[in-house]
Amino acid sequence: MGFFNKLKNLISKKEEVKDKIEQEEIKNYDEGLKKTRENFISKLNVLGIKYTKVNEEYFEELENILIMADIGVNTVMKFMDKLRDRVKSENITDTEYLKEVIVDELLIIYVEGESLSDKINIASSGPTVILMVGVNGVGKTTTIAKLAHKYISEGKKVMMIAGDTFRAGAVNQLGIWANRTGAEFYGKEETDPASVIYDGLIKAKELNADIVLIDTAGRLQNKVNLMKELEKINKVIETHIEGAPHETLLVIDASTGQNGIMQAKSFKEITNITGIVLTKLDGTAKGGIVLAIKEEVNLPVKFIGLGEKMTDLKPFDIENYIYGLFKDMI
Amino acid sequence: MFEYMGDRISNAIKNIRGMGKITEDNINDAMKEIRMALLEADVNYSVVKEFTSKVKEKALGEEVSKSLKPDEVFIKIVKDELVELLGGDYVPLHTEDKFEVIMLCGLQGSGKTTTAGKLANMLRKKHSRKPLLVACDIYRPAAIDQLKQIGNSLNIPVYTEDNKNVLEIVNHSIEYAKENELDYVIIDTAGRLQIDEVLMQELKDVASSVSLNEIILVIDAMMGQDAINVITGFNENLSLTGCILTKMDGDTKGGVALSLRHLTNVPIKFVGDSEKMDGLSEFYPVRMAERILDMGDILSIAEKVEGIVSEDDAKIQAEKLKKGTFDLEDFLTTMKQIKKLGPLENILKMLPGARNMGLNNINIDPKDMAHVEAIILSMTPYERRHPEVLKATRKQRIAKGSGRSVEEVNRLLKQFEMMQKMMKQMSNGKMKMPF
Repeated sequence: MGFFNKLKNLISKKEEVKDKIEQEEIKNYDEGLKKTRENFISKLNVLGIKYTKVNEEYFEELENILIMADIGVNTVMKFMDKLRDRVKSENITDTEYLKEVIVDELLIIYVEGESLSDKINIASSGPTVILMVGVNGVGKTTTIAKLAHKYISEGKKVMMIAGDTFRAGAVNQLGIWANRTGAEFYGKEETDPASVIYDGLIKAKELNADIVLIDTAGRLQNKVNLMKELEKINKVIETHIEGAPHETLLVIDASTGQNGIMQAKSFKEITNITGIVLTKLDGTAKGGIVLAIKEEVNLPVKFIGLGEKMTDLKPFDIENYIYGLFKDMI
Repeated sequence: MFEYMGDRISNAIKNIRGMGKITEDNINDAMKEIRMALLEADVNYSVVKEFTSKVKEKALGEEVSKSLKPDEVFIKIVKDELVELLGGDYVPLHTEDKFEVIMLCGLQGSGKTTTAGKLANMLRKKHSRKPLLVACDIYRPAAIDQLKQIGNSLNIPVYTEDNKNVLEIVNHSIEYAKENELDYVIIDTAGRLQIDEVLMQELKDVASSVSLNEIILVIDAMMGQDAINVITGFNENLSLTGCILTKMDGDTKGGVALSLRHLTNVPIKFVGDSEKMDGLSEFYPVRMAERILDMGDILSIAEKVEGIVSEDDAKIQAEKLKKGTFDLEDFLTTMKQIKKLGPLENILKMLPGARNMGLNNINIDPKDMAHVEAIILSMTPYERRHPEVLKATRKQRIAKGSGRSVEEVNRLLKQFEMMQKMMKQMSNGKMKMPF
């Protein structure tokens, strides 16, 4: 069984690993995803106990479970069709075995298509500019703080630019984070975001910053004027530093429903989104929408937020993610 | 908000039109379509199942099969069921007491602080209350600062304290309100997960020792299926009195609204529908159901207008329209009033048949309105009352004065002329008023 065996090997291998950091990382995923997982797993297990045979009711309940994980109706429907075909052609009757097929097919959704890098693109020379975008309240500013913490602890010089000049208190919020993490900071209230970013980039060059993290105001993707503003911000960055922004990360709240697909599509049209940061995964939300986003918009997840601590931002690793989700099943 | 879901449901209903009667066979496709529409809008899976089976059962009932117009009966069934899902009657905010305390709670980033400002603004404007905003988000950096800035911009007092004990802050703020003759205390709290026991305890402590008139959950309308866990979690801990759905001005399909009341019995009191401080609307289940089905929401438009135009003014203008003496001066006044209604898109969406006329996806550039205003403002008062005197040289002067082109001035005059004609026809009873 393709992925499932791989997963088992991976897990047993990982358990042998003496490397502390890696163990720590798995533990983090584990704890962060605990609540997310418990619900989902217990449902899948109940499904296995309830049905010893694969029948229409089984499929219906599985469909329910997947939809409840916010995987997205279209993706789920396609997935169900595929699964039904496989059950038919391979003549699968055992629900225990089908569980493996389900996990396998779920992974395929994510890894299929053009393979995209989940690594952060670092500039060969000069500052690496990372632009954070997203709708209101997803956690852009907090994610910047976590990214700053990560790069500073790697010995990099980090600069934050407060491009959210709209929301009350936003500049101050980022300023406090700069102070706490020890990052350089540039921000001015009540100005045009593009001009703040322009000035900030000049300062970043003067200070020889390695990483520049740019915060932007939350904007709903259907607000034409705000999206135009983002276009302008992009142009300012592009013309000021060659090859920048090196990363444009769309921050999505794990509890987002299918509007997440619209967010990904609309933001991708305006800016060159290079990846997704999935935040607030420490709650009960499953963040399944990233599977639909990967399938429909082909954007990979680069980081996930697993808590409020500075160290709670982890690089996204599909294998670890699935490992976290399905650990109790194996 | 609900446009997309409404479109799919309307389409499903259209297909029923022209059928002699409803049978299990011929509504199956419609039911499938409705089911997908609801699921795509993130309506809770079990709610969808219940809804579709109820509608189907009613539709196949005797009355319908005898009806000559099955599509109309079907729409009524769907509407009634939608209203039922959305919670039947509108439950207003508690404002009867002389002194009220309300607490807002919710997940991180749901929009509590902004909503607190909007509530304070509305309470002062609509209910003539004297609100006090209380900053109890002691965790997020600059959250207190954010509330202070909002209070400042609205000229509404904000109570803050350098204290790590939320209950103490709340108690002190109530004392402060009473001392300063403020009568509606709005407590803004930090965002928290419903499973975070430590932080939930903080709110429980407030709820158990302070007499709260309302405990309101602020929840993001873009939330997916996890919404139900969040609402249930908060409700079990705090016995919520209501919800406010935020970010409804996005292109979310807002399915949360349909699951929420049905599964928890917590009423939706308001929806947040713009980033501005007046972007808070009362949630009327019937009106919402009509909007989902593209039946318009005239009542809400009328209420919005009422808040802005005095009855006398409205009468005078209506009289002028009737007599055909409505001039550019009046037009300017009307335009200024329309501007106060907030984004015009929001109003157009509420017209009956808006989706059919393509009004739901209109994006009106506020600049266009500003241009029209500039042109009219560049006319002399005499010219505004007698647009017929506007000839080439005057038009050139106006174009220069407003920074627009003569063509634009011409276009505006032409449109105004057409509007006058239309208005005359309407008042002569040859044409029905659109609303």
